Amino acid sequence: MSHSLKIISSGVKSGFAGLLLLTSFAVQAESTDKVVFKAGHASLQKWLLPDVPPQPEDNPLTAEKISLGKMLFFDPRLSGDGNMSCATCHNPMFGWSDALPTAKGVKSKVLGRASPTIVNSGFNYIQMWDGRKKSLEDQAMGPMEATVEMNMDTAKLFKWLNKNEGYIKAFGKAFPGEKIDANTVKKAIASYERTVVSNKSDFDAWVKGDKSAMTAQQVKGFKLFVGKAKCADCHSEPNFTDYGFHNIGLKSWGKKNPDMGRYAQRPLGLMKGAFKTPTLRDIELTAPYFHDGSANDLEAVMDHYSKGGEVKTNLSPSMQQLDLSKSEKAAVVAFLRALTSPYKAVTLPELPL
Amino acid sequence: MNKLVLVSSAICLAISTQSVMSAEHEVGQKNKAFTVKKLEIKVGDTVSFPNHDPFFHNVFSLSEVKTFDLGSYKKGETKKITFDKPGSIQVECAIHPKMQMVIEVK
Repeated sequence: MSHSLKIISSGVKSGFAGLLLLTSFAVQAESTDKVVFKAGHASLQKWLLPDVPPQPEDNPLTAEKISLGKMLFFDPRLSGDGNMSCATCHNPMFGWSDALPTAKGVKSKVLGRASPTIVNSGFNYIQMWDGRKKSLEDQAMGPMEATVEMNMDTAKLFKWLNKNEGYIKAFGKAFPGEKIDANTVKKAIASYERTVVSNKSDFDAWVKGDKSAMTAQQVKGFKLFVGKAKCADCHSEPNFTDYGFHNIGLKSWGKKNPDMGRYAQRPLGLMKGAFKTPTLRDIELTAPYFHDGSANDLEAVMDHYSKGGEVKTNLSPSMQQLDLSKSEKAAVVAFLRALTSPYKAVTLPELPL
Repeated sequence: MNKLVLVSSAICLAISTQSVMSAEHEVGQKNKAFTVKKLEIKVGDTVSFPNHDPFFHNVFSLSEVKTFDLGSYKKGETKKITFDKPGSIQVECAIHPKMQMVIEVK
C-alpha cells in the first residue's frame, strides 16, 4: 500500500505526485467495488460469512465449553428470582430475541431497549446497542449483574455453582484445573453464543451460484439494497452491518430526555442518539424492529428509511430521503426475507439440580 | 508605507520558514480502516484524513494531548489538523469504532 501513506513536503512537485497517486487509487478502487448482480459472480463473494466466528486467543472453541455454555444459557437459576435465563430475552424460538418491542427485565420491568439477537453476535467486534462492551466474554455477566435485568447476586451464584455436582463436572471438562468463577462462566456462555450462526440463507445460496435461490423481485431488492436505497452503506458485507453507530431519526429521539445511545460512551456530537447497526441476517424472525422496537414489521422499517427518518436533529449524514416506490420497498423487503437461514432446532440441555 | 512592507515581508518569511519546517502527512480512510496504523510526526506537522469510502466517516480523538472532532464528511473530501504538542494521540472514527490509529508527535 505505497499510496496509503503519502508525506507531502511543502513543495509543489510532491503535491502533483500525490494527486497522481490519488487518481490511480480511485480508479483502482472503483473497478474492484463494482457489483455484478449475477448468481455466483466474483464481486458478490465478499457477502459470504464464515461458519465459525473468530475467537479470542484465550478462549478457543471446544465442544465441552459449548456444552457447558448451553447449560448456563438456558438455566434460569442464573437470575435473582430463579426465573430468567439468557434465553428469556434471547429466545431461539424468536430469532434469539424476544418478540417484544423492548426487553422485560426483573419483575417484568419494561426496559428501554430491544433485546438484540444472538444471531451472528460472535462476528461483532463491539457489543450492545451502545457498544459499551467489546466481546461476548465482556458482555456475558452484564445482564446477570444488572439489577433491572436478571438481578443476580453473583457471589451467591458462584457459591452455588461450586457446590453443584453436575456443574462441577461440566466445568471440570470445559476448563480443567480452572476455577468456577466469572472468567469461566463468561467464556462458556460466549463459546455457546458463537455457535449461533446464520449463513445458509437463500441469498447465500444465490451468492454461491444457485440462480433459482432468489426470485427476480429479491434480486431487484438486492440491487436497491446496495444502490438507490443505500442500505448497504451501513448494513454492509458480510454480516449486513458496519458495526457502526448511527442516529436514524426515530420518533423516540424527538421525545424529552431521549436515549442518548453511543454518546454515553463517546461524547461526540454525532453520537447523540446513535445506536449500533444490527445484522440483517435472520431479520424476518426478530420483529419488532429498531433499538426502541417502534417498527412492527419490515414494511414499517422501509417506510421510515424511505422518508429519511422522522426526527432530523443530529440525524446521521447517511440518512437521506429515498422516495422509494411501493414496489421498490416491497422488493427490498422480499430481499430481506431471503436473508433467513433454515431454522436450526435447539435441543434443550438437561440441567443438574 | 515602508513599515508596512517590512511587516508583510516579515510575515512572509515567517510563513515560508513554517512551511519548510513542518510537513503535511496523509492518512486515508478506506474500507473502514485507516490506511496507516501508526504515524510518527513532528510538532507543528499537519495530518490530512481524506475519505476514500463511499460512505461517511468521522475522525476524532479524545486524547489528552490533542482533543479534536473533524465531524463527518463523505468520499472525496478531507479535513486536516495540526498537532502542536508532543505526545501519543489515539485517533478513531466515531461511526466505525474499529477504525483506530495512533499518531506519535515528537
